[in-house]
Amino acid sequence: MPDLLELKNVTKTYSRGVLSRTSTTALNDVSLKLAENEPTIMTVAGESGSGKTTLAMLLLGFITPTSGQILYQGQDISRLSGAARVSFRREVQAVFQDPFAVFNPFYTVDHLLTVPIKKFKLAKNKAEARDRMEEALTAVGLRPEDILGRFPHQLSGGQRQRINVARALVLKPKLLVADEPVSMVDASLRANILETLRSLQRNHGVSIIYITHDLTTAYHIAKSIIVLYRGSVMEAGDVDAVIKNPQHPYTRLLIDSIPWPDLSRRWGETEIKARESEGASHGEGCKFAPRCPFAMEQCVTPPPLFQLNKHQATSCYLHATSPQIASEQLSELLPV
Amino acid sequence: MNPVLQVIDLQVSYYTDTGRAIALNGVTLALSAGEKLGLVGESGSGKSTMALAMMRMIKPPGRIEGGQVIVGDTDLTKLSNDDMLKARLSKIAYIPQGAMNSLNPVMRIGDQMADAIRAHDPKADKFAVEDRCVGALESVDLKPSVYKMYAHELSGGMKQRVCIAIGILLKPQVIIADEPTSALDVVTQRQVMETIDRVQKQIGAAVILIGHDMGLMAQFVDKVAVMYAGRLAEMSTVRQMFTTPAHPYAQALISSLPSLDNKGVFQGIPGLAPSLLRLPSGCAFHPRCPHAMDVCTTKRPELETLDDGRRVACHLYPEKA
Repeated sequence: MPDLLELKNVTKTYSRGVLSRTSTTALNDVSLKLAENEPTIMTVAGESGSGKTTLAMLLLGFITPTSGQILYQGQDISRLSGAARVSFRREVQAVFQDPFAVFNPFYTVDHLLTVPIKKFKLAKNKAEARDRMEEALTAVGLRPEDILGRFPHQLSGGQRQRINVARALVLKPKLLVADEPVSMVDASLRANILETLRSLQRNHGVSIIYITHDLTTAYHIAKSIIVLYRGSVMEAGDVDAVIKNPQHPYTRLLIDSIPWPDLSRRWGETEIKARESEGASHGEGCKFAPRCPFAMEQCVTPPPLFQLNKHQATSCYLHATSPQIASEQLSELLPV
Repeated sequence: MNPVLQVIDLQVSYYTDTGRAIALNGVTLALSAGEKLGLVGESGSGKSTMALAMMRMIKPPGRIEGGQVIVGDTDLTKLSNDDMLKARLSKIAYIPQGAMNSLNPVMRIGDQMADAIRAHDPKADKFAVEDRCVGALESVDLKPSVYKMYAHELSGGMKQRVCIAIGILLKPQVIIADEPTSALDVVTQRQVMETIDRVQKQIGAAVILIGHDMGLMAQFVDKVAVMYAGRLAEMSTVRQMFTTPAHPYAQALISSLPSLDNKGVFQGIPGLAPSLLRLPSGCAFHPRCPHAMDVCTTKRPELETLDDGRRVACHLYPEKA
């Protein structure tokens, strides 16, 4: 049985203009797999410019990879046609960062839910459509009578974001790509939305790719994590192992920079090296080398992945004594 | 030590079609030079209104209905509009939410900074202005070359630091930062907060940091004020707040924080924030409060100072006779 989703050495470069030779590699040789029968939550983490959103756009089929393939149930998503394309569109859903921008202020929120029901012919009549909507809203913890018929400006950010999740749920997806779903809602509502996402995975069998820069929420919701920096995988593995025992200098910097709500755990003393503007011109080697406090001579050649233990691998020469693995094997060590 | 900022009984309402929304209802607080205060609360609790009211930037249908904002020995609420223009940036500066999007895309960074100085000192010498701007840029860890750049040439974190540089140009006594890092990732956030920390020490200003990220508060501020429905619920030192929060709302806020020990436990605060148009009777938090008593539904608790110096508005802590 083919996997639900498979990325084969996917690379995406953006080139600026027709004549310009400068190009930016947004994603560099990423391979991963999600199994169909084992719904999981995988986090893709990294700072701005690390290629997280590019990955989301690729998965949703909005852009095509420069090289490599993305297979959905064994079929290349850029070549889907007809019925296969429609079912891909239905089964792979997205929740975006900004709950304010996705609503059309002229329509009531019902519009957001009825359009997909009509488009994909999910209901035979109006009553059934309404049942579908109410079911989805209840599943995300909203009371349909409070929500239906209201305009977006009458709802809070947390409610709107949950409606977005409900919209995805109406379509009974198999994969949900959540791009920073909680970065714009209040801390007290964050918990509700994360809980909603987790119950989707547990009770509705939806696999979720959770894209974020917030490692605290990632830790709480995900099983596995992939840390990206400038399009390359820095570290990946079991979320407990990576966050409690980070091995790559970049992951350490990220975790050191989390403002923990804990007075005994101060912000790290480790100096933040280099400004974002520098390091823009980097060579072939490790992308993090210009900012890395441990940069060595060999960092000019790109480091392969070194497997540290059963569920953790890092792309750093500091761990050169560990066995090497090919980037295609990365998803084998991610727990589900 | 004399407080550099005193807010006394500040009242702000918004007049909407559906009625009067009381966004700030009698907020009183004081801050000394060099102190850092964190102002936390849910959306709609009045945090941003508080910042705008202190700057006298509330626009209709909103109105400041009473109270005083005293910086040094000037009462900002009594100033004429012209004098208030001068007071902004020189006495009290505001770094708005998403400040990085407030830079003019067709003006060089330096010209925008120079504008701010000229508005206060029209006769300033051109080279002196440039020196001051470059100095401010250096104090936020940006290269002098940024002076000649446009906003699109800078990253989000750099733009946010430019806005901090503009905020400190005239060495204000009070800096209000409204969620200065909410759109930035963790590493950049740390850089920006460290920048604010450093420039604050340089010019000895008092800082009010507005936000809902309690983690950031724990790392950055000295005192925390928790707002709920336009009123202060509790004001304590950061240590008191994180070890023994007193107000039930503050307790719920603290226990909803994620940490590494309780993996997978999501504890939100049940219920929704009240509508400011129809506040519950008595204590506004009582419908969501696990400790609600009869008195909470009828009598509004006043902010009382407890023995350990913290101020709490809750009937659980009886007034001193």
